[in-house]
Amino acid sequence: MRTTPPRSRPSGRLDSLWTLFTAPVVWAAHFLICYLGVAIYCAKRDRFPIGFDAIRAGIGVATAFALVAILVSAWLAWRQWGFGAHDPPHDEPTRHDRTLFQGFATLLLSGLSFIAVIFVALPVLFVTECLR
Amino acid sequence: MVYGCHPEQRRSIFGRYATGAPFLCCGCSGRQSALDTAGSEADATSLLFWVLVSTGAFIWLAVVGLLVYALRDRRHMWSEDAAGKLILWAGPIFSSVVLFALLTYALWLMPGLRPSSAGALRIEITGTQFWWRVAYHQSPGPPAISANEVRLPVGEPVELVLRSDDVVHSFWIPSLGGKMDMIPGRTNRLSLLANKVGVYGGVCTEFCGTSHALMAFSAVTMRPDDFDRWLAAQSNPAANAGGPGQHLFMKHGCGSCHRVDGTEARGLVGPDLSHLGGRETVGAGILPNTEAAIASFIVEPGVLKPGTRMPSFAMLPPDEIRAIATYLKGLK
Repeated sequence: MRTTPPRSRPSGRLDSLWTLFTAPVVWAAHFLICYLGVAIYCAKRDRFPIGFDAIRAGIGVATAFALVAILVSAWLAWRQWGFGAHDPPHDEPTRHDRTLFQGFATLLLSGLSFIAVIFVALPVLFVTECLR
Repeated sequence: MVYGCHPEQRRSIFGRYATGAPFLCCGCSGRQSALDTAGSEADATSLLFWVLVSTGAFIWLAVVGLLVYALRDRRHMWSEDAAGKLILWAGPIFSSVVLFALLTYALWLMPGLRPSSAGALRIEITGTQFWWRVAYHQSPGPPAISANEVRLPVGEPVELVLRSDDVVHSFWIPSLGGKMDMIPGRTNRLSLLANKVGVYGGVCTEFCGTSHALMAFSAVTMRPDDFDRWLAAQSNPAANAGGPGQHLFMKHGCGSCHRVDGTEARGLVGPDLSHLGGRETVGAGILPNTEAAIASFIVEPGVLKPGTRMPSFAMLPPDEIRAIATYLKGLK
């Protein structure tokens, strides 16, 4: 067991789990926007004056926003983790290790969310209409 | 465990696997195999299957190779840095790239597999416990009605309109493509393009009751000119109808449940029998189309197809049953 004394809390870091959830929440919101947008448009397409290409463009814009938001979250996590200067597992019962652990976990979740958002948006690259 | 075995025991275990392996290949061919294809949709799905299997096999071999290497190579230890890089590249990065490639390939296939109604022949199929109602829509003119058999022209796209009368069924002709659920109150569509002449098996693939496993049909793919001739014949009453069997058929009330074109039999509860004699099977894919099989279905429908709504007519004299079977077999 390590005997390093607990370090003080780095200034300016959030003592909250919200940063951890940011990227998955962006992923979930992007998924809902894509899924609901296409489902509602295709179910009631007579009521909309726009074509399916506009929906695809909208999903493209939503995807770009989501990816940028996740990249920002990843950069903040990277900073919280100390820009890779520390090695995991960060399992000491200290505030410093908790902060590093949170940063590292947020970074991994950001990576997962980044890939997931791309996978969610991928179908509209190929599907060009509600029904052929 | 194979590694813990005596060499002779190990050989015997491998021998058993080697003997059993050919049985695994039974599903790779035949009239009802998604890997023995006769339609463009099935071709695409089959290719996707082989791409996925090959990629999976390659990854499995690579992982097992790495495992064997890790177990046997004790000459040098990897540095923590090198091991970390291997985990990073072979773990999340490699997995993401492979999944991205496979997903892109599958999505690229999708538009071709989605239903299309552009200039296609439309066949309406309704699933009902435990048979299939089939209507060929042609313009101009009323639809040609059939049951428990689907015929398709080779080289022409066909739009299948799928519905259900009672519970959820699912329509699948593995050799041609599909499959698609049939949901009460909802219309689903499926497109098929047959590219080989032949007779293929179709099945219900959603559990729908006692005789779910006995709810099958034949899919016959024909040359377009043969199909046109067949469809024209289907649109008219059978030429060789009549005889004592027809009289008995009407007398015993069969016409209240079954329809026979050109007669007073107008029932819609059971399958249309207008051209029964020309179909591949009897009882929705469960019996060969012979007079004996038709007679046996009349006598004991509940035994051959548990849960069917057709009552037994075992009380009829055998010669009358034979006469009805001869009449029905003659409806071509």
